[in-house]
Amino acid sequence: MTYRQAKWTEPIIFELSRKGRIGYNPPTFDQREREVAGDPSLLVPYELQRRSPPNLPEVSEIEVVRHYTRLSQQNFGVDSGIYPLGSCTMKYNPKICDRIAASTKIRNLHPLQDGSLTQGILEILYELSEYLSDITGMQKISLQPAAGAHGEFAGALIIRAYHSHNGEINKRDEMLIPDSAHGTNPASAAMVGFKTIVIPTIDSGCLDIDALKNAVSERTAGLMLTNPNTLGIFEKNILEVSKVIHEAGGLLYYDGANMNAILGKTRPREMGFDIVHMNLHKTLATPHGGGGPGAGPIGVVEQLEELLPVPLVEYDGEKYFLDYDRPRSIGKVKGFYGNVAILLRAYTYLLSMGSDGLEAVGELSVLNANYVARRLWKNGKYTIPYYPNKLVKHECVVSAEKILQETGVRASDISRRLLDYGIHSPTTYFPLIVNEALMIEPTETESKEQLDLLVDTMIGVADEAYSKPEQVRKAPYSTSVSRIDEVRASHPETMCLSWKMKRR
Amino acid sequence: MAKPISHPYLPNSSADTIRKMLEELGLDDIEQLYADIPENVWLKNKLKIPNSISEYDVERRVNDLLSKNETTSDIPCFLGAGCWPHHVPAAIDTIVSRSEFLTSYTPYQAETSQGILQALFEYQSLICELTEMEYTNCSMYDWPTALGEVARMAKRATGRNEFLIPHYIDPERAAILKNYSEPAAISIIKFEQDRRTGQIIPEMLEKKVSEKTAAVYIENPSYLGYYEKQVDLISDLTHKSGGLFIVGVDPISLGITRPPGEYGADIVIGEAQPLGNHMNYGGPTLGIFACSGNRLLRQMPGRIIGLTRTLDGKDEAYCMVHQTREQHIRRERATSNICTNEALCAVAAAAYLALLGPSGLRKLCETILTKTHYAMKTLSEIDGIKAPLLDAAHFKEFTVNFDDTGKRAVEIHNELLKKGIQGGKILTQFPELGETALYCTTEVHSRKNIDSLVEALLEILR
Repeated sequence: MTYRQAKWTEPIIFELSRKGRIGYNPPTFDQREREVAGDPSLLVPYELQRRSPPNLPEVSEIEVVRHYTRLSQQNFGVDSGIYPLGSCTMKYNPKICDRIAASTKIRNLHPLQDGSLTQGILEILYELSEYLSDITGMQKISLQPAAGAHGEFAGALIIRAYHSHNGEINKRDEMLIPDSAHGTNPASAAMVGFKTIVIPTIDSGCLDIDALKNAVSERTAGLMLTNPNTLGIFEKNILEVSKVIHEAGGLLYYDGANMNAILGKTRPREMGFDIVHMNLHKTLATPHGGGGPGAGPIGVVEQLEELLPVPLVEYDGEKYFLDYDRPRSIGKVKGFYGNVAILLRAYTYLLSMGSDGLEAVGELSVLNANYVARRLWKNGKYTIPYYPNKLVKHECVVSAEKILQETGVRASDISRRLLDYGIHSPTTYFPLIVNEALMIEPTETESKEQLDLLVDTMIGVADEAYSKPEQVRKAPYSTSVSRIDEVRASHPETMCLSWKMKRR
Repeated sequence: MAKPISHPYLPNSSADTIRKMLEELGLDDIEQLYADIPENVWLKNKLKIPNSISEYDVERRVNDLLSKNETTSDIPCFLGAGCWPHHVPAAIDTIVSRSEFLTSYTPYQAETSQGILQALFEYQSLICELTEMEYTNCSMYDWPTALGEVARMAKRATGRNEFLIPHYIDPERAAILKNYSEPAAISIIKFEQDRRTGQIIPEMLEKKVSEKTAAVYIENPSYLGYYEKQVDLISDLTHKSGGLFIVGVDPISLGITRPPGEYGADIVIGEAQPLGNHMNYGGPTLGIFACSGNRLLRQMPGRIIGLTRTLDGKDEAYCMVHQTREQHIRRERATSNICTNEALCAVAAAAYLALLGPSGLRKLCETILTKTHYAMKTLSEIDGIKAPLLDAAHFKEFTVNFDDTGKRAVEIHNELLKKGIQGGKILTQFPELGETALYCTTEVHSRKNIDSLVEALLEILR
């Protein structure tokens, strides 16, 4: 595969500015409005009037459109090529979801409109909650959190409220978290005031049950776990883990980032979890937008239902409504009801996939990951910790440690060299417990040919590390820019975070 | 495996491909790949979600449901209160639909993500110009969560734990603040505002400010739509105590209104949904988070994009900076857990500010001010109605009081609905305001819309 990313010497938008140009004329007022209202420039109190206009660029519409189109061409999305960024589930985003989300029937809907005017969206949100409840096995869903980490925050607040209602919050201040966990888990737990206790992973790639048993106590608030874990390995002792946590009086939190693997096969409910978040921009194929918006709904079991954020969407047999009458709720974590434009896409995706399709999604994501793992393992250039003794699920973590020792080429070099072949880098150096980690999640939407391309290219790059290590260490060559000086970017003397700083 | 399925999003779902791939694995059934999932956690029954349907059927079903909504393009609507109707230039829809932006992840791999990185750098730059602040992150989820994060940051930066907020604040925003601040042992303290003008009472504020004050937070324009005039005084008073001065804004207002950076704000937060983002029933929206002063940078939550160079020195290039603040590096010691944010909304905001420029934004503000004052004046002519209730200058939202009409706000709301008008938000949480609703008018309200509201109210109150 040959690839050249576009490279424009595209100026910063401010540099395109020419005095007197405009890219959009806002609507104006009529004479009658002017007569009644008075001179608009006098309607702002004297002490609050802006004395000089903001230094915004003056550019025409075509210049703005062309500028951002060119920038987009210097960006790589799932629509550009395979994007095996582990733990991020960069699957194809179906276009019908975007077309529906572009409807004025959702875009122009105000969140505080009377329920009689919003029955359509409320029904959609209600059904989506039911579907997510079905997928996770949780009793009740809140669609409010804006992203996975935000769902974790809401979930941790629920754990806190649960222990608080039991009069135990001062005592239960420890959240247990595996060493392989996503960074958001400890960060979310800490935000809610929990101390984090790290549980190690043992040789099988699973949680160390003995260490877990030693760690639990009357201070245990809960355990945050993803299953399959970030090594792509299913925690087969999950019911025992659940028992240990519950017997200690803690709650079990499911980080749904890796939910794709188990669709239609098992559910957090069956595994003994009490609280779940799902990343809709992962499992349910909503676009990630270069860093959001996402959506991170949470679900809980019966005994935690009353603690969910307000409002929930309910149906009384005649109409759908927003239920605020939930006195034991943790309250609110976000303005209004969640990232509805994303939730609507997820609903559309679910209708399109159906339960038969979702099961196939799970199976094919696992088949694809195992196919990649097997081919890389057979080749032998990369090592795969715990494989083939352990099956992988939706992703596999390969290590470039041997390559590093023998050639000096690092995982991050390999990641960058892949870009030259139109392949997005795997997640690099995560999870932290694998040296020189390259975490590969192909997802179910990549064809066998694309998987072969990925594997063949990875092997080719490994070969190149031996024959021309310098070539790999200086990659990439085909992207719009070559290697970036990241130290300079964060150094106090060279740091530049805005146009204002650049002009200084 | 489950029944073979032929689905357009699943290229490997054909029996032939599956067989070839399984051969490579030395297996004959996909189920064998689940041998590690113990039987006692297997799903016993199939999911209840209906089976897959065609794209045409999906589109029909969802659009049939959506068509039940009556939106602000179907009926006149006077709601604001945290989400505001503004016209979104068509060019923005085109820009944010570029699939290289839309379908990309967070730009961890900078060399192949220069496009989104530069766009976000421009967002940061434009927000800095608008607010007159030195640096910003590239988004929070929304204004309320930005408020929650800023309270936590104020505590980290000052080592103090009292966070002062105004009496007139969106109750939902305050509720979210509580969830962010309580676990961090931050005390939220409300200060009084004049009941007639809504203005902060400096003597009252002064009594609450002390060496325990992490920050004083004000909103301008306020939740009730009026301007707070004594900003310089409040800024001085706050800084004398050693606390941070934090201002929440509607960024659109800054086209004509003095920017907080000019009156001493250390941090500016706010809601940038009005900048080129559709309302979407309240989400996604876009939280602003801008700071001044070097000491705050390392305490910031969220992604920050920086301009640097390539290692060979040939090109300018962008990447994420100061990642050591963030959860993927710092874990439990991170400044926040935020990861996925609202990046594409920030791109929309950047394009919006670029399209309007200084003169477009100024004209827009003049239109909004004119419409709002036209609405307040014509409504006030109705017997029994006071608009605004509070005696101060207003920007795009204002209180409408019905105390002297003999009807309750909710009755009027329901009668307006019968006439095909969605009135403002009824304010139930401030009893001293009586029967009052918060109305909003922007450039999308025609004079006919406003006149129809006046006529409807005249009929209702006849």
